[in-house]
Amino acid sequence: MSAPSLNVHGIWAIYRAEMARMMRTMLQSVATPVITTALYFVVFGGAIGSRIQSVDGVDYGAFIVPGLIMLSLLTQSISNASIGIYFPKFTKTIFEILSAPLSFGEAVIAYVGAAATKSILLALIILATATAFVPVHIQHPVWMVAFLVLTAITFSLFGFIVGIWAENFEQLAIIPSLVVTPLTFLGGAFYSIEMLPQPWRTISLLNPVVYLVSGFRWSFYGSGDVGVAASLGFTALFMAACLAVLWWIFRTGYRLKP
Amino acid sequence: MSPPILSVSAVTKTYKTGFTALLAVDLEIARGEIFALLGPNGAGKTTLISIICGTVTMTSGQVLVDGHDTQSAYRAARSMIGLVPQEIALDIFATVWNTVSFSRGLFGKPPNPAYIESLLRDLSLWDKRDSRVIELSGGMKRRVMIAKALSHEPDLLFLDEPTAGVDVALRRDMWALVRRLRDQGVTMILTTHYIEEAEEMADRVGVIDGGRLLLVEGTAQLMRKLGKRRLTLALQQPLAAIPPELADWPVELAADGQELVYSFDANAEDTGIPALLRLLCENGIDFKDLDTSRTSLEDIFVRLVERAA
Repeated sequence: MSAPSLNVHGIWAIYRAEMARMMRTMLQSVATPVITTALYFVVFGGAIGSRIQSVDGVDYGAFIVPGLIMLSLLTQSISNASIGIYFPKFTKTIFEILSAPLSFGEAVIAYVGAAATKSILLALIILATATAFVPVHIQHPVWMVAFLVLTAITFSLFGFIVGIWAENFEQLAIIPSLVVTPLTFLGGAFYSIEMLPQPWRTISLLNPVVYLVSGFRWSFYGSGDVGVAASLGFTALFMAACLAVLWWIFRTGYRLKP
Repeated sequence: MSPPILSVSAVTKTYKTGFTALLAVDLEIARGEIFALLGPNGAGKTTLISIICGTVTMTSGQVLVDGHDTQSAYRAARSMIGLVPQEIALDIFATVWNTVSFSRGLFGKPPNPAYIESLLRDLSLWDKRDSRVIELSGGMKRRVMIAKALSHEPDLLFLDEPTAGVDVALRRDMWALVRRLRDQGVTMILTTHYIEEAEEMADRVGVIDGGRLLLVEGTAQLMRKLGKRRLTLALQQPLAAIPPELADWPVELAADGQELVYSFDANAEDTGIPALLRLLCENGIDFKDLDTSRTSLEDIFVRLVERAA
């Protein structure tokens, strides 16, 4: 009897267990971003936005929708994937994954796939919430979905790396809160970087999140801070970097196998 | 002779700290046997098991499971192995049924509810199938660990300290299960501190210490080879010293001279007992009771480890 070349049952088992774990906290994980998004709309869209002229010809309330979705997508992808792999390390149940006839790639597909699925679902829920507050118009729906999926997968890969690297809950929380949230806020979620004075406008171009928000906003309203090719190129580059790091983790057994 | 189900050759493990946990370990396990690995804490038992199961990377050497290399053909090798680790590690929020089914899927097997049901019944977990792991007692959690390890019908089962910290009922169940699995043809490798269990259950015993496999021997042969028997005589009158007539005999006094202990080879044709008793009689040393005992595996083990130290 030869073993199958792809452990489909194994991938499915992890994917299902991960989705079940997320569903257990569904109320918290759906209610939190929906309420947060609603608050953003009240504050930025209603209170402040009423005094702001439209940005790039788009009503301010509608302008911030893509950025808000990106904000949740990034943080949720990272936290879902990082907790997904960190938790088995913490409870020592990781031994079972490591001793299973499952390749490292298959484990990544299962964990990252589940994390990305959940954050995409969440992004769609936030989008639906947004339409209750502002008129949202999507010019390029296919590209919108493509950016959504690509970003979710890329940052779930990044979160997976964070989860492997983290040795305690503090380290687990540090990347999303200290790195990703600031970068997202400064990445043009709430403004067009054209509104920034120099040299901040140029400096902002070093912020990777600018490219993600810009590309995503382009898919909604047909214009962004940077070209759509640059957005796609950057996302692909970051995904390649994450895959390279994961390959290195797999080769060395870093923080997984003594 | 069919090829061994497990073949470990020259496996060495040096951790990053520079600590060498295993040094050139060679071991072959025949299909269907029960093998007990004995050794003090830190001897390398768990490291050896972890390397075979793939949770620890070996520094050098080779492991074949039914001819499949655990590194180049890890899928084939690992799908044959079940592991019950020393520590209980479970997803406490999952139900018993789900976590056991999860393990089966993880090991690449299609769902088989009938098999999982019989497994849970065998382990007295059926009534708890819908309970979450967090609601179970420690003993029940250990049963769940075993159910998970058996969920994919492994050919080779590792039990790392299966009866440590387990109550009498569960320990008895555990050994009944080991016998049943043996009847089904499952090969088992276990580590234990309860040497009498190894003596009773295992076909062969390996003693490991300081990362070296000091000895591998059939349990019965080992007992015969290294086993000593002892004759203890409870004396009528205590003796202050060994009488000169007995100076040539391997005897010693115990219990403040109340007892005379004679050690002899368990396999010898001539035990020497009749001659000794005659000699005692001739010298007027009377005894009121006598008892013989055999050295246990524990004594052998302690002697081996001491010699190696």
